[in-house]
Order: sequence, then structure tokens, then C-alpha cells
Amino acid sequence: MSSPSSNAASVSTSASTTTIHLTVNGRTRTLSVEPRRTLLDALREDLHLTGAKPGCNMGQCGACTVLLDGEAVYSCLALAIECQHQAITTIEGLAHDDQLDPVQQAFIDHDALQCGFCTPGQVLALKSLLLRDPHPDDDAIERAMAGNLCRCGAYPKILAAARSLAGRAS
Amino acid sequence: MPIRIVTTHLEFEGQVEEVRVVLEGEEPPAWGPDTPFQVVGKPTARVDARERVTGAAEYSYDVQLPGMLTAAGLRSPHPHARISRLDASSALAVPGVRAVYSHLNAGDFINPSSGKPVFGNELLYHGDLVALVVAETPEQAREATRAIDVAYEPLPFVTAPDAALAANAPMVNTAVPSNTISDEYPQVYQRGDVEAALAQAEVTIETRMETPAALHNSLETHGGAASWDGSRLTVWSSTQGVFGARQQAAAALGLPMTAVQVITQYMGGGFGSKLGVHRSGLLAAYASRQLGLPVKYMLDRTEENLDAGNRPPSVQAYRLGAAKDGTLAALDLAVIHNVGANGLWSSPVALPAKELYQCANVRTTDRAARTNLGTLAAFRAPGVVEGIAGLEVAIDALATELGMDSLELRRKNFAERYQLLDRPYARKMLLDCYRIGAERIGWETRDAEERRYPGGRSGHLRRGIGMASQLWGGDGGPPAQAIAKLLPDGTAVIITGTQDIGTGTRTVLAQIAAEELGYPLERVRVELGETAHGVFSPMSGGSMTLASVGPAVRMAAVEARKELTEVIGQLAEAPADALDIRNATVFNRETGAEMGGVSTYLEQLGGHEITAKGMRGPNAEDVTVRTFGAQFAEVEVDIGTGAVRVVRIVAVHDCGRIINPLTYSSQIEGGIIQGLGFALTEQRIVDERLGMVMNPNLGDYKAPTIRDIPQIDIVLLNEPNVVANTLGVLGAGEPPIIPTPGAIANAVGHALGKTVTRLPLTPDRVLDMLSTTTERS
Repeated sequence: MSSPSSNAASVSTSASTTTIHLTVNGRTRTLSVEPRRTLLDALREDLHLTGAKPGCNMGQCGACTVLLDGEAVYSCLALAIECQHQAITTIEGLAHDDQLDPVQQAFIDHDALQCGFCTPGQVLALKSLLLRDPHPDDDAIERAMAGNLCRCGAYPKILAAARSLAGRAS
Repeated sequence: MPIRIVTTHLEFEGQVEEVRVVLEGEEPPAWGPDTPFQVVGKPTARVDARERVTGAAEYSYDVQLPGMLTAAGLRSPHPHARISRLDASSALAVPGVRAVYSHLNAGDFINPSSGKPVFGNELLYHGDLVALVVAETPEQAREATRAIDVAYEPLPFVTAPDAALAANAPMVNTAVPSNTISDEYPQVYQRGDVEAALAQAEVTIETRMETPAALHNSLETHGGAASWDGSRLTVWSSTQGVFGARQQAAAALGLPMTAVQVITQYMGGGFGSKLGVHRSGLLAAYASRQLGLPVKYMLDRTEENLDAGNRPPSVQAYRLGAAKDGTLAALDLAVIHNVGANGLWSSPVALPAKELYQCANVRTTDRAARTNLGTLAAFRAPGVVEGIAGLEVAIDALATELGMDSLELRRKNFAERYQLLDRPYARKMLLDCYRIGAERIGWETRDAEERRYPGGRSGHLRRGIGMASQLWGGDGGPPAQAIAKLLPDGTAVIITGTQDIGTGTRTVLAQIAAEELGYPLERVRVELGETAHGVFSPMSGGSMTLASVGPAVRMAAVEARKELTEVIGQLAEAPADALDIRNATVFNRETGAEMGGVSTYLEQLGGHEITAKGMRGPNAEDVTVRTFGAQFAEVEVDIGTGAVRVVRIVAVHDCGRIINPLTYSSQIEGGIIQGLGFALTEQRIVDERLGMVMNPNLGDYKAPTIRDIPQIDIVLLNEPNVVANTLGVLGAGEPPIIPTPGAIANAVGHALGKTVTRLPLTPDRVLDMLSTTTERS
């Protein structure tokens, strides 16, 4: 306990940037990023799409959820350079011509949100489920949404919104 | 308008404070129980829900400005250490790094809240701030924190509160000669003679409750973005109070308050931990001023869990004495608080013991230990969540000892009056809450064989039903101001200095204004979250927001409408009191004739905007305003694995008039879910040998997920409390979390025939309970 300890000084050298192409919400975007840049940071810092939120940056909260070819993923765990061959959908790309996606509308109608910080991720996680299973039961809904934390506790209303979209009264 | 200075009393989390406030004009008479409503009381979707579901809502974390830099903190890996060497040259050599701040070059930067330097060379807990890096990108900033060369000289540390208070304990901070908060500790409250009453009591019991440190884990971490333009500082702060944040930022930077503005349009949760601008916001402001560029410093999740506050651990020891008929004769409570390294206050854990039950002989003793752990912060009903759990478990244990129904014991000891000041409550609906909740949960059949043993006596499942009471202030008070502006096009703007921290404040204020103006909801816009509007409101804490700001908004709308009917009356050559306004349309009250939209009149006024002010009036004197409630929990315990599943919660709370039943139910559900986490899974885990927090992240800190949610039945009482304020509203933010852990603990106790002594009720502890011998009938 008495010997001095040192802050681990293992320093990597900052890498140079690479040009990449991402298809985001139907548009091809060209970016110059460091290879270590996550998809989340590319979306937020380079493309100014801040709907995906950095809740933890370690794949534990789901606030950064986006769709890759329709699959919900934690964008904080994907590197931007890995995502050049997939269609990326962010919350900003879900509504069309001012027409909200039914998932977004259901979240509004059921008050399935409070502070709203986790909401883009919740909406996209549910969207992904409904794309592959339009009529999920409660167990399927809970499994699909269990990776998206909501600290305000909007879960009962998220479940109600999901049930309504699944065609079941809540 | 006549100006008055009024002395009134505010209660915030158990503390009564006398304040002098300036009031202009008179509040309108209170809405009565029979007032008809068009907008108020109707389930209403949030007025800002669209922004929140489309990603358009801009949180402090989302603020991006040209040239903005990002900061990252280097945190202490030791519970107590001195920095013996710090060399930032390698960090400064990382491309993109603009500055590294530490005690060496920023030691004179003082946090005005504590009066202490932000950077010290004595680190008091795992996660204390060592240095701050400012760089062009987040990756560069994080990389550079690892490149700082630091040598630490470890110092003796203490994390357990009883050890911290023992003679010869290591000093938590070598600069402070005691590990308690101040010489005001231990704090003793006393009425009657507890020891004599315990000695004479026919029945006595002793119980104990240990509660863990709970971490807020707001999904948006603490922090802010700051921009200094050479003369003016703007801070986008994730805060529950923009005015307090402005005051702190101005003081820290030595700026006049006019040179600082704070903005909080959307914020991602606070739960009591974001009452000010936080050290992170001050650092963003400091760095921006030093570097002349905008700087954003949002804590990462690990920093958040180590250095953004906690619901502090409590150890509660109860001794109760009663007559055989259940009359409570004595209540003694000793609490030890673990307030962390820099704690300056302790939570009102003892408040329920002082107030909830009629008892002539009460003593509470609060001891507070500072330890080498992160400092406490207010967390949704601080102290009262823990105190209710401890007290209500003790009451259940007493009922068992007496062979009485625990609800009957509670009714028997119902306190009619507020015993601390010997005065009446404005209203106390607790007995109604007991009755309604008991009916809903099926209290009468709680001991039925088929209910307690869903798989039969030989099966591994046990069910139990328990309940707990809730009490809280939530009456708010002045000062709180609002301005109503009626624009020529028939829309209205309500301006207040409050903030919507996710509770739905924007929506309920719009409803109140729409109601009084006679405008449709979609024509009312609420502007809040900016000090630059200059319309003061208190912080959003203590469940005070609606009860403080709502009446001010109502008064502003009432005054604006008066002016509107005056103006229209003069233009239309009709007496103002003959005019009615509904749906932003003018009607003749007597004939019912429609006289056109309000805009047809307002547009004749050359751009004039009707502007009216409203303010929250004083609180009622000589009466205590409280919200009361009760929750009933049904749980299922697997005696093979120790797993507890909450099956159902029934929640009955008196929160006065309900402006928006939709968002009200969201608040209640959210509180219950946080309470469920506190009861079953959530705890900061400290390795006592190392003094380190082992789970400062959302993977190992187990907050509830959608899979953990029980059936939640909310009973809407919706009874206006006309003594409290002109709306009849009370706060609803904190009440729902208060009884949940106690109700769950009592339900588990009922299922197992044992008394719960520690939270959370993790499976290992449930199995421990099963193996102990102290049975309850």
C-alpha cells in the first residue's frame, strides 16, 4: 500500500483518418474518420445526427440503438468503418415527409417516454422487432426491448405501445 | 399592481424554511371541486412528445457548436491518495489535445458550492477528479487521459460508517480533523420519554434495516456545454434548475449574473442529482473561458457512477414499544448515515418515525459518517424511501408480535395531527388509501392457503402480500413567476423559468394556461428552461414544480384573459364581462352569439402583445400540507433459488387534483419501478479491502429492465387540495417511489414468515433469510 503507483501510460498513437461511405437514412454520406471512431460518434460528431444517444458507450444501455439493415444494434459497439455495406437507419430517418412512423405515433399516444433520452433507441428497438415479427407476443416484446434501459420507468407504457402495434389491445 | 413582501414557509425534503417573497397583485380564487374543465384533467399527450420521438429534441449532450472541444476526466484509482507527481507532457503531445488541467495549473479554480478547489492533490475517493483533458475529439480526450503520468501516494482510507466514526479511525480528508459532518451531529430529536415508555411497554420489539447506496444513473450523464464569447458565458446544462446553475457558474467564474445564461430545453433525467450546474458544468465553463472556444464536458458512465452522487447507505435500528391492544407507546430510531467524502448534510431517514404514527414518546438519533466514497446527492425522496422501508418493516414485525393484522395496527395508530408542530394537516386521506388499496389487492385473503402456496405446500413458490404507507410534502411555494403573452395571431406564449426534466411540466403548464385563456391547447406554447427569459422559477426538485409554477402560470393566464376581454370589449363596444372566450373565439355570454376569433381583434392593435404576469402566492399558515398514500405489493418467492418476482403493485396516492392523468400515471409507474429496483437489485458494491466501487456501470449495477415490471394498478383519487394552492395540486414525482421498497420488503416477509433486515433482496440474501431461525408466524 505504501509504494507509489502510476497511471498506466500505455499510449497508442493517434491514427490517421480514412475515407468511408455510409448509407444513412437512404443517403450515401462520405466521411473522413479515424478507424477507431464508433458508428455512434460518426453519426453524432460527423453527421450531426444526435438522435442516437451516448448513454454508456459500452453496450449496456441501448440509448444508441440504430438499425443496420433493419436489425437493432448498439452503435457505440460498432466501428463506423465496419458499417459501409449496410443500410443505417437512425431515428431521424424513421419519419417520412413529416409523417411519423407508427411506432413513433404509438409512443406519443401511450406516453411511452418521460425524459426521452432513451426514446430514440426504444423506438428503433421496437421497430426492428416489428419488421421481423409484426404480431409479437409479450414475451417477444420483452426480449426485444430488454436491452434498452429506461431509467424513468416508461416500461409499462412502452409495452402498451408495442401491444397496440402488435394488434392487441393493452 | 400592489406590491407586498410576505413571509412564508417552504418545506423541502423534511426541512422547513422561512422565506420572504415579493408578490404583485392577487392570485385568483382556488379552483373548486366542481369547477368545470375543458383541458385540465384530460389525458393529454405531451406537447413536446414529437421532438422526443424524432430525435429533434436537443439535450445538453447534443449541443454542437463550431470549433467545440470535448473534455474527459482522469479519475482516481485509489480511495484515498495524494498525487505525488503529475506530468501532462505526454498527454499534451497527443494530437488534438488543447489543454490538461490539474491542481498544478488550475488549483485556484474554486467550486463555489464547497468553497474548495475543484482540483486538489489529495484524492478522497475512487473516482475523485485528478485531471481534465480538453481535445478536439472525444477519442483524443480519452486517449490523453491515459497518457497523463501520475504517481499516487496511497493514504489510509475508511469506507464503513461505523469504522469511520470509531476512535483512531483514518481521517477521510487529512485537512479535516473529524469524519462527521459537523459538531451538530449526532442530531437528536426527542418528544416524551422513550426509555421510560419502552420499560413500561407490554410488548417491545427491535428491528434493523440496512439500505444500500443507490446510483441515480440518469441516462443522460451530468455535464454541460459552455461557450464563452469574450463577454458572455452560455451554459447548456443538464440541470434541474437553470437559475441555481447560473448562480453557481457566475460565482465560479467571477462573472456578474448578467454575463451568464443557462439553457436546459431537454434533459435526460436527474432524480435529484442535478440540482445545480455540477462540477462538470463548471469545468466546461472554466475551460471555455481559458481556451476561447466552446467546450463540452459530459461525464462518461463510469465517472457518472463514481462522482455524480448517490442515495447514501443507511443503517437503521428501531425499538418499538406498544400496549397489547396495539397502541404505540414508544419509538426509538438510531440511524447511521454514510454521506461520502464531501457530504455536508444527511437525509431525513428519521422523518417517517417522527411523523407517520401517533406516538407520544419518540426519539431519533442521526449519526453521520464521512467516508472515502463518492458524496451523497438528493435522490427522489431522499431519506424517506429508506426511512419508510425501515419503519414499515418494524410495524409489520410489531403486528406479528402482537398477533394483529398489520393494517389494523396502522389504523389504530393513525396520526390525526402533525405531531412535530402540533397542528392540523390540510388533509390526510391515508385511511382512504389503506381501504382502497386493501380492497384492490385482496388483503382479506392474503393468508389463504391457495394464495400463499401457488404450487401447493410441497412446491417451491411462496406468495406474500405486504404494504407500506407514504408521506411527503410536495406543496411547493413561492417564489415562482410566469408571463403570459397573447400574440396577434391568436396564439399564446407562456414563459417561465422552470424546466421540464421529463415529468411533463411543459404539458401541464400548457393545459393550465389553455384552460384559463379559453384557447385550444395547440395554440399555447410554453417557453421554459432559459435564464435569459428572466422569469424566475425554483429548481425542479422536491416534487414542487407543478405546485409552485402552476399557480403562477394560472394567474398570468387569468390576468391576460382579463386584459383580452377588456380590449375586445372596447373594440366591440361591449362590456368586458359580457364576453366569453372558448376555443380562442369570442362569444356574447348572454346571447351566445359568436363574435369572431380573438385574432380578429388582436390584429387591429398594431402588433401589440397582451402581456400579463403571474406569481405563486404564499403558502397557508398554521397547517401542514402533505401528500399521503399507500402501496400494496404481491410477490412470489422461489425458495429454491431465492429469486423474488413482484407480481403486482397497487398504488393509491393523494396528489391533489390531477392535471394530466396520462403523465401522472407515467410518474407513478416510474417511481414504483425505481423503488422496485431499490428493493430487489440495485446497489453500489464496494470492495471494502480495496475501497473501490466494483460496479460503476449499467451492466453490473442492476437497474430494472422491461422484463422486471409487475402489473401496476394505479388508483386515481383526483381530489383537489384547496388549501395547498389555487390549483389544488400536490407533487407526484416523489410519492410513488416512497412506499415501494417497504411494501415489497413486507410482502417478502409475509411470504417467508421472516423480517427483512437488508435491502436489496437479492437471491443470496433471500436464501440467507430462509436459513435463519427467527421464524414469524
